[in-house]
Amino acid sequence: MDLIKADLNAPHSMGTTIIGVTYNGGVVLGADSRTSTGVYVANRASDKITQLTDNVYVCRSGSAADSQIVSDYVRYFLHQHTIQLGQPATVKVAANLVRLIAYSNKNMLQTGLIVGGWDKYEGGKIYGIPLGGTIIEQPFAIGGSGSSYLYGFFDQAWKEGMTKDEAEQLVVKAVSLAIARDGASGGVVRTVIINSEGVTRNFYPGDKLPLWHEELEPQNSLLDILNSTIPEPMHI
Amino acid sequence: MDSNQAKQHNLLGSEAASERTLYPYVTGSSVVAIKYKDGILMAADMGGSYGSTLRYKSVERVKPIGKHSILGASGEISDFQEILRSLDELILYDNMWDDGNSLGPKEVHSYLTRMMYNRRNKFNPLWNSLILGGVKNGQKYLGMVSMIGVNFEDNHVATGFGNHLARPILRDEWHENLSFEDGVKLLEKCMRVLLYRDRSAVNKLQIAKITEEGVTISQPYALKTFWGFAAFENPTVGAEGSW
Repeated sequence: MDLIKADLNAPHSMGTTIIGVTYNGGVVLGADSRTSTGVYVANRASDKITQLTDNVYVCRSGSAADSQIVSDYVRYFLHQHTIQLGQPATVKVAANLVRLIAYSNKNMLQTGLIVGGWDKYEGGKIYGIPLGGTIIEQPFAIGGSGSSYLYGFFDQAWKEGMTKDEAEQLVVKAVSLAIARDGASGGVVRTVIINSEGVTRNFYPGDKLPLWHEELEPQNSLLDILNSTIPEPMHI
Repeated sequence: MDSNQAKQHNLLGSEAASERTLYPYVTGSSVVAIKYKDGILMAADMGGSYGSTLRYKSVERVKPIGKHSILGASGEISDFQEILRSLDELILYDNMWDDGNSLGPKEVHSYLTRMMYNRRNKFNPLWNSLILGGVKNGQKYLGMVSMIGVNFEDNHVATGFGNHLARPILRDEWHENLSFEDGVKLLEKCMRVLLYRDRSAVNKLQIAKITEEGVTISQPYALKTFWGFAAFENPTVGAEGSW
């Protein structure tokens, strides 16, 4: 009766780690900055958090081309919608436009998106739109190949009703953990915070992120280690 | 001749491109439903799997349709969401007649069957198995449609793994005029077995009830499971290396 092919045709993993988290008052979106073509890192400082309107942004993962064209179309439509409506578009409308394009072109597109923003009716909202064009509203969403390493982390670390700073720290920590293990994720961590007051972009360079298991403090040179006053044993 | 270039370029999918059978991405697991004394009871868990990952755990897979029906779906969630949009439009237009009539479960089931079968004929199916149940004018109705348009009605139906695990239990224990309590217990027995034996099951479910009075969909809840068999604690005693 049912042709269960889900396990045989498990979706391809998508380069990137993207996250969207709600907190009391708004949302925090986060992403890594690596764009790869095969094993080569084409761009080590990409910006995967793209603006759709003043109050709605989207995190893009999967095919760079597909995600860019989808967000370009949605930005175009939302712009017209905003003019006609006479007030800012809601996050729900933006997310449903993304869904419309993702679903109608499901055979051709390979992109997973997280739409996040703030509007005066519903406050901060996050919508996940994975492959296939399902739309799902969530208190937090993770996506991209790096997200595989974060399911357990979020199951444990996510709490309802965080403050803005707690939420941002969680996002930065999570992206940083994913970067540590996912070859398709890397570079810097970018975050975008959206609330009633507006939008704030933050930048966390790779060398400012915490170190995890088996990672070492970066040095300028071996010579600095050898010349330091207290002779240190070599760390492996 | 320009007829060769008469491709339509629109955002909502290119009709010129060949649409062929796709495969599902985010899928829902089994749905189980039974007729009982006052109407229909339908149970589904709230899981949305992404391949083998249990990715989403709060997906509502049973929804009310109009005044007289409830629809449960397994399979691709994006296709289920699209079906809900189509049915929303159907019910809206039906209401706009404002003639005192409303679409009952039989009619909605028929509509769904046509939708699924016609898509199958175009080799572009909606990748779902649907269960449609309802009560109208005292008549209970419970039907199923698969992704290839196979449809039938029965006293108890299930999708996916439910066909293999739940229906044998229902064949044995279902009877006419089950009370609400007995019906719920029977469904929970089925859902517990599915939880034990279906990899894509998630322990968070909703049971929906529809009677002549209306629809109630329960809040999400989890089932207790039992692991206290002596054989479970030391299964390989006497046969080390076995499982």
